Amino acid sequence: MASLTSGPGTPVPGTPVHVRVKRKTFPAIGGRDENTVLRDVSFEVSPREFVVLTGPSGCGKSTLLNIVAGLDTDYEGQIDLGSANPRMTFIFQTPRLLPWRTIRENLMLSLPDGDRRQDNVDAILDRVGLTEAKNAYPERTSLGMQRRAALARGFIQEPDILLMDEPFVSLDDPTAHGLRELLVDLWNSRPTTVMFVTHDRTEAVMLGTRILRLAAGSASIKADESVRLSPSDRTDREKVQAELKRIFESLPET
Amino acid sequence: MHPARKLSPGGATAERLFWTLTSLATLVALWALAANLTDSRHLPGPIKVLEVLGQEMASGALWANMSVTLVRVACAFFLAMLIGTMIGIVIGSYKRADQFFDSWLVLFLNLPALVIIALSYVWLGTTELTAIMAVAINKIPNVAVQMREGARQLSRDLSEMAQLYNFGPWKTLRHVTLPQLAPFAAAAARSGLALVWKIVLVVEALGGHATGVGHQIHAAFGNYDVPTILAYALAFIVVIQIVEFGVLQPLQSRVNRWRR
Ligand SMILES: Nc1ncnc2c1ncn2[C@@H]1O[C@H](COP(=O)(O)OP(=O)(O)OP(=O)(O)O)[C@@H](O)[C@H]1O
Ligand SMILES: [Mg+2]
Repeated sequence: MASLTSGPGTPVPGTPVHVRVKRKTFPAIGGRDENTVLRDVSFEVSPREFVVLTGPSGCGKSTLLNIVAGLDTDYEGQIDLGSANPRMTFIFQTPRLLPWRTIRENLMLSLPDGDRRQDNVDAILDRVGLTEAKNAYPERTSLGMQRRAALARGFIQEPDILLMDEPFVSLDDPTAHGLRELLVDLWNSRPTTVMFVTHDRTEAVMLGTRILRLAAGSASIKADESVRLSPSDRTDREKVQAELKRIFESLPET
Repeated sequence: MHPARKLSPGGATAERLFWTLTSLATLVALWALAANLTDSRHLPGPIKVLEVLGQEMASGALWANMSVTLVRVACAFFLAMLIGTMIGIVIGSYKRADQFFDSWLVLFLNLPALVIIALSYVWLGTTELTAIMAVAINKIPNVAVQMREGARQLSRDLSEMAQLYNFGPWKTLRHVTLPQLAPFAAAAARSGLALVWKIVLVVEALGGHATGVGHQIHAAFGNYDVPTILAYALAFIVVIQIVEFGVLQPLQSRVNRWRR
C-alpha cells in the first residue's frame, strides 16, 4: 500500500491502540516485598505512530511491553489493540533464539510452514548482515549477531504492531545506524504502529514521532511529547540535539 | 580446550584409543600375573576364561542366555524411561505435584534394590513380567529425578517466544520443549543402562528363571565355577559397552551438538 500521502505524521485509517494499566503488581517472593511496578499508565497510540518509551532502569518498561504483547495477563486494566486481530511482534530485550536451531531455522520457524514471508528470509538476513552466519547455531555467534537475528525475525513478520525493547544496544555505531535505517524503511513501507523502548535520547528523538517518559517507582507517565521533526530534520544533528533539549530538559530526570 | 585437539579430532581419538588399550592391557597383565602367583582354582587366568567363553559360544549357551537377558534389559529400560519421564515432567512442571510426591521419590530412591526385587516376587509371583517390572521400578525414580530437573529448567523466555510467534502445541513440543529435555533424557538413559543391566542379573538369579546370564552366573556360583562366572561377566560387559559407545554416546553428543 505505497501511497505518497501516508508519510509519518499523516493520519492513516484504523483504530488506535488503547493501553490502560491501572495496576501491575509482582507478588512477594523470596523475601522480597510485593512490588507495584506500574500504576495508572494509560495512553493511546494512533495507527502508524512511532512511540518511544523511556525511563530509568527498573521503572517497568519491559513489564509494560509484556502486558501489551499479551504475554503477561496478570494485571488490572485493559489493552485494546484496535483492529480485531492485528499481527503483533515483540523484539525482546534479549535475543531469545532457539539455541538448538540455526539462525536461519529460527527465522523459518517464526512463520507458519509454507508462508509467503518465508521466501524473504535470506533477503532480510542479508539486510542485517548475517548471510555468512545464517547456518550457525546462535550460541556460536556474537551477542550482536544474535540481536540482529532477533531483529530480522521480528521484521520479517511484517507486523501491524511492533514492540521493541532496547533493540540496538551492544551494537557498534555503524551497525546500529544501518539497523535504524532498516527499521525506518520497514515503517515507511507498511503501516506499522511502533512502541519502542530505549535509554538513548538521541535515538529516541531521531526515530520517534512521540516520546513517553515513565517515572521511577510505581511508574506513571511523567511526560508525553510529540517530536517536531520532519523526516529530513532527523538526519540533521543540530536539529536533533535542539529537539532533544526541548523535550528532555523541560522536565529533567528526578 | 587444548588447541591440538581442536585441530585434529582424528588424532585425539587415536590418542584416546591408545591409552584405553594400554590401560586395559595392563589390567589383563596384572590379572594374569595374580592368577599365576596364586595358582588357585578360584582365580583363573585370562586364557582359561577365554577358553570357557569359547566353549559357551560354541555350544550356543552364551548367545541363548545373553539374548534372553538383553531382551529383559531392553524392556525394563524402555519401561523405566517412559514412566520415569512422564512422572518427572509432571512433578517438574507442577509445584503442587512436586511438593506432594517429593517424599515418595526420596523413599523409592533409597529403597534397596534387593527389597524391591524380593517384594515384587512375593507379591506378583515369579513371572517374566515381574522380572521386568522389578528392574524398571528400581530405575524409575532415577529417571524421574533427572527429568524433573529438566522440566524445572524449561525456559520461560523461550515459551513466551513460542507463544508470540504462534508456534502451537506441536511445534512448541518439537522445537522448544523436547530439545530442552533431550540432554536430561540422554543422561538418564546412560546412567539408566548402567543400573539396569546390573540389577537384571540379580533379578534373574533370585527369581529362579531357567535362562539368562544371571541364572547362568548363579548356577556357576553354586559350583564355585569361577571361570564361567568371569566368562559371562566379560561377555556381558563387552555387549553393554558396545551399546554405550555405539548408541548412547553418539545420541548424547547429538542432542548437545549445538552447544558452544
Ligand atoms: N517476574 C518478576 N517478578 C518480580 N519482579 C519483577 C519481575 N519482572 C520484573 N520485576 C520488577 O519489576 C520492575 C520493573 O522491571 P522491568 O524489567 O519492567 O524494568 P525496565 O524498565 O524494563 O528496566 P530496564 O531499563 O533495566 O530494562 C523491577 O523492579 C523488577 O525488579
Ligand atoms: Mg527492560
